[in-house]
Amino acid sequence: MKIHEYQAKDILRRYNVPTPTGFPAFTVDEAVDAAEKLGGTTVIVKAQIHAGGRGKGGGVKLAHSIEEVRQTAEQILGMNLVTHQTGPEGTEVKRLLIEEGVAIATELYAGIVLDRSAEKYVFMVSTEGGMEIEKVAAETPEKIVKEWIEPEEGLTVQQSMNLAEALSLSGEQAHNCSKTVLALWEAFIQSDCSLAEINPLVVTEGGEVMALDAKMNFDSNALFRHPEIAEMRDHSEELPSEIEASKYSLNYIKLDGNVGCMVNGAGLAMSTMDIIKLSGGDPANFLDVGGVANSETVAHGFRIILSDPLVKSILINIFGGIVRCDRVAQGVIDALTDMEVKVPVVVRLEGTNALEATELLENSPLDFIVASSLKDGAKKAVEAAGELA
Amino acid sequence: MSILVNSKTRLLVQGITGNEGTFHTEQMLEYGTPLVAGVTPGKGGQDHLGLPVFDTVKEAKEATSCNTSVIFVPPKFSAAAITEAADAGLDLVICITEGIPAADMVKAKNHIREIGTQLVGPNCPGVITPGEAKVGIMPGFIHTPGSIGVISRSGTLTYEAVDQLTKIGLGQSTCIGIGGDPIIGSTFIDLLTLFAADESTEGVVLIGEIGGSAEEEAAQWTVENNFNKPIVAFIAGQTAPPGRRMGHAGAIVAGGKGTAAEKMKALTEAGITVVKSPADIGITMKSLISERSLS
Repeated sequence: MKIHEYQAKDILRRYNVPTPTGFPAFTVDEAVDAAEKLGGTTVIVKAQIHAGGRGKGGGVKLAHSIEEVRQTAEQILGMNLVTHQTGPEGTEVKRLLIEEGVAIATELYAGIVLDRSAEKYVFMVSTEGGMEIEKVAAETPEKIVKEWIEPEEGLTVQQSMNLAEALSLSGEQAHNCSKTVLALWEAFIQSDCSLAEINPLVVTEGGEVMALDAKMNFDSNALFRHPEIAEMRDHSEELPSEIEASKYSLNYIKLDGNVGCMVNGAGLAMSTMDIIKLSGGDPANFLDVGGVANSETVAHGFRIILSDPLVKSILINIFGGIVRCDRVAQGVIDALTDMEVKVPVVVRLEGTNALEATELLENSPLDFIVASSLKDGAKKAVEAAGELA
Repeated sequence: MSILVNSKTRLLVQGITGNEGTFHTEQMLEYGTPLVAGVTPGKGGQDHLGLPVFDTVKEAKEATSCNTSVIFVPPKFSAAAITEAADAGLDLVICITEGIPAADMVKAKNHIREIGTQLVGPNCPGVITPGEAKVGIMPGFIHTPGSIGVISRSGTLTYEAVDQLTKIGLGQSTCIGIGGDPIIGSTFIDLLTLFAADESTEGVVLIGEIGGSAEEEAAQWTVENNFNKPIVAFIAGQTAPPGRRMGHAGAIVAGGKGTAAEKMKALTEAGITVVKSPADIGITMKSLISERSLS
């Protein structure tokens, strides 16, 4: 799960990671109030969307007077911010962070991720602050220094000093850096983060080591331990169809094609998308209905797929293991009897009670296209979508 | 012959009295899996489905000499269940549960690595040696005894591959779902090592997916270790968009890494036969096995 920068900074402050003082604002008036509270000569107006690259897209601006804050807030709030991470369609800005200006001496990078091969969390720092870290990793990997964290020990004081040294800091600055990275690790592990990135981590002119930006993603599997973080989820950053799907424990991701698919199991759902592509079509979505494919889940699945106007045919691909195919078939029949589905539906059921399922479908008055295999199903669904196009 | 589980396995079910545990224990018994006991804390002393229930794995082991466990406990308790089974000295732990926090798994994996217990999963369908032992949630009837090993990060996609193999006349030695999480017990390499030494396994189906670098590491391993049995590989997620978690917690292309294209390239360069279509897994293995028996 992702959260906004201002929310991440709230969490970081709780763990004593130094951050600039700032306040979220949902309206221009709130932005002005926040700037008045901050005082000072320079404030930063920052668009709060979940994508990175906001500065380059024009979503981060300096303001030197209250009037300028008002103008800038008016300009950014409601704008459609396009960055390399939003895609060309962009994201509407609905929230701002109004933050005090900080006198920066040096810009650095700090990040924590799970290293799947090492099976440990890894703390990464780089002197190349403010750059895209993927680019640094690709072009100058020697500029990223890593410390792998032992699961039982956590980040040690020695490791925090190694990281400060890797950032070419010494004396008071190195001491402050060590404190900041230790606090950042605590925030990360205590909150069950899956990723934390501070880019840039800055050394201020006063020698403080501070998180000027903050990105924190959380392990969805651990949110039960953190109800206060789960509440930070911003539904307006997600597609309504994807939120709807998650309500019914369906795993749905919208894509750009026109062949909808409904599958049980994540791996089979991905490979169904792949075979649609290989058959000359384009998948409209990823949809994993999970272990329970009854008439209710199938009906929800249909509704979500059909909320996408691009969809011209639907392929249902179920491999029955625990879930019995005849029950899925009955579910499909019930769902289609109750609702209007105007696009052709191709059904491929295999596994437990597949024969009984095929009989049910063939004896039903409804108009299904029954497929005999994965390949056959994909071919028929792509053909059906093509005929309508 | 087979790997990991067989008719001599002495299986324990952790979480046997829960809904999932009960349902799948019935299914495993019906298949003829050699089950000896169950564990549910607080329910020790009872009988469930004709099996004795114990409070702890340690007690179960002392009373029944169980050597393998399968875990059906809720995600928040699963890492502790894995650790408990390892501490009790079981050889093999197969964890079915989906949704375990990654931080819990990092600790549990670190702990069992020191003990030397082999873990399969979590978030997996389990392990089956057809005709001998079904340890997990896969549909038993699609499998048939034979000589092809299957290793997969997926659940239902594994069933699809097994079904293709069975229908084309290729039985399976052992099929393992290694799980869709970022931190898992046994890796492709761990299991390829076992299949290399298993005389009854003549070929291996390897089913990977986007995310991480386990497939690339496996590809390199087969070259370095002269793995000389034919492998057919398929990678799910060739059309998956970057940055999105495709159902499995581990299936995500992050920072341009973990793409299907990279994995397919690494496997091909290692001399492994990579199929683009999930429908071609069975037929491709059939032709590789036929070529081999002719030469």
